Amino acid sequence: METLYSVFIDPFVQMGQMPDFFMQVLWEGLVSGVLYALIALGFVLIFKSSRIFNFAQGIMVVFAALSLVGLHGFLMPVVGNEFVAAAIAMPLTLGIMYALAMSVERVVLRPLVGQPDIILFMATIGITMFLIGFGEFVFGGENKVMITEALGIPTGAIEFEPFGGFLLLEEKDVFAVVMAIVLVVSLLVFLNKSAMGRAIRALGDDHQAALSVGISLSTIWVLVWFIAGVIALATGIVWGARAGVSFALEVIAYKALPVLMLGGLESVSGAIIGGIAIGLLEKLFEIYWGQPLFGGNTETWFAFIFALIVLLFRPQGLFGEKIIERV
Amino acid sequence: MFYRTSGQFKTTYESDQALFPIKQDMILLAVILAAMYVVFPMFASEFTFKALLVPVLIYSLASLGLNILTGFAGQLSLGTAGFMGVGAYACYKITSIFPEMNVVVALFLSGFFSAAVGVAFGLPSLRIKGFYLAIATLASQFFLVWLFEKWAWLYNYNASGAIEVRTMDIFGLVVTGPNASPVVQYYFVLGIVSVVTFAMINLTRGRYGRTWKAVRDMDIAAELVGINLMRAKLSAFAVSSYIVGIAGALMVFFWKGAAEPNLFDIPMSFQIVFIAIIGGLGSVMGNFLGAILIVALPVVLNLLPGMLGLNIGSATMEHVNVMVVGSLIILFLIVEPHGLARFWALIREKLIIWPFPH
Repeated sequence: METLYSVFIDPFVQMGQMPDFFMQVLWEGLVSGVLYALIALGFVLIFKSSRIFNFAQGIMVVFAALSLVGLHGFLMPVVGNEFVAAAIAMPLTLGIMYALAMSVERVVLRPLVGQPDIILFMATIGITMFLIGFGEFVFGGENKVMITEALGIPTGAIEFEPFGGFLLLEEKDVFAVVMAIVLVVSLLVFLNKSAMGRAIRALGDDHQAALSVGISLSTIWVLVWFIAGVIALATGIVWGARAGVSFALEVIAYKALPVLMLGGLESVSGAIIGGIAIGLLEKLFEIYWGQPLFGGNTETWFAFIFALIVLLFRPQGLFGEKIIERV
Repeated sequence: MFYRTSGQFKTTYESDQALFPIKQDMILLAVILAAMYVVFPMFASEFTFKALLVPVLIYSLASLGLNILTGFAGQLSLGTAGFMGVGAYACYKITSIFPEMNVVVALFLSGFFSAAVGVAFGLPSLRIKGFYLAIATLASQFFLVWLFEKWAWLYNYNASGAIEVRTMDIFGLVVTGPNASPVVQYYFVLGIVSVVTFAMINLTRGRYGRTWKAVRDMDIAAELVGINLMRAKLSAFAVSSYIVGIAGALMVFFWKGAAEPNLFDIPMSFQIVFIAIIGGLGSVMGNFLGAILIVALPVVLNLLPGMLGLNIGSATMEHVNVMVVGSLIILFLIVEPHGLARFWALIREKLIIWPFPH
């Protein structure tokens, strides 16, 4: 009875008693959810256009952030002004992400065209390891601080007083959410309105048909990996501003995986909705159920178990394409 | 020349389906076994045992377990290390609840616990396929590691939160704990790995193995020819987790001597997946080849600069190491996606017809 009470009633009573704290939790969940959604979006784009389950997406986030901070560090003594250094480091980092996309396509994907999915998946884990080693080798393995101020990201906090309580929104979190929205909207416009975007969607629908109307596979792959790199950079900047830049950030890559399960591997909207849902739910679960009942730190597995349960009822995810199997 | 098959006639189906259809294979295996059982222990140093021989054997066994599931039954799993952890913790609990029990018996018993957990986490495989299943197995990975941390009963309420293996002996011979000699531990691991491998070679050739392969190649087709999918998949999960659990228990009891929960975290899972894939999915021998490559490579890479007289900091070396392993994985996948086992098969075929091209 005691347990039932603490599972089914207590958490909701707490939510009702402290609505300001509840809203704070929701906000924190929303922010991390948005970031999960961004990483998942990178996965989805690559999966749609090439059927590659890109495990390296999470590491690309770290690598992009690391390159930005590292380049900024190299440039600072030369230029002297941190804003100028950031202004130079930013396009250089984008260049690095493009070079990465090019070399991944050339060195890894092209020789492996037509191999089974699992081989390509393994190859992306190989890329992951390479990027970890390379990033640490070039920029050093120690923890770094994201160059928040040089990039002009606001660092203050906004305070509200809803229901006579107290709600604190950090401005960089607001920035993260706004940036994510801008990024997603421009991506959707790009995918739906531009010729290149149409080509990407065509490849996602049917490789052979897309090839036969003259869409170049390698161009699109480079493009898609580059877009994924840009998304990774954006995610890396905002996540780095919250938690510092190190390879410990890699764990958020794993968080994007249940988002993919939930939203479906091919669905852009699924990635966004799934990401936000996972972010909100895992935060709520951790605060109201995890800490009192399970001793905390449930965030490592909650998303996976939740997605697993959803998947038992919908094997293709909430928004995935219906799986039709023929013999 | 060495692999000439002339004069070896097969007059019955039994001889055609035999474990060693060619006599030379048997000789080769005998040579390898002799090397493992007699030659290595005579010459190997303590470092070689601890850093190369024992790890290679244990990782081979874990990879063999994974290969049963992924290579034979076609269910991609990324949660291997979690099941190894279950085996290790189960063995730890069994030996601390029944201190008198023979450690080998405890080892084989602990496999049943990981098998049970494996079946439980294998249940979604009946509904979910492909990458969705792979991510689902990650659920077990994260959940189990969390459980090892939070459930104090598992590590006997130790202050350190780690499990430490006490000294245990079999008939007066110290086999575990800090005082055990590496040679004895090596022989134990080798013996257990040999037995399990032999059992698995035969299991995969038999009815179960063929059922799994049918499910792997196309599960709907397999169902249509009358294979019970549920039984096939769950049995694959059970056998696989059983072996993986034993490997985990071996790792803690006969190699590391102690373990913290994060030992069984995701990097180890990936390492084992690598071994299985580099070695060759759907091959028993491939696991050993892959383990030799993946486990031995970093050790050799670490020794290399010293041999060449270069002075590189250990941190830098670590980074270069990861980079090199990552690139080698990609290289191997490009050169031979079917793994080292296929390499050996090609070489063997060439040897049989040598010196003729066809």
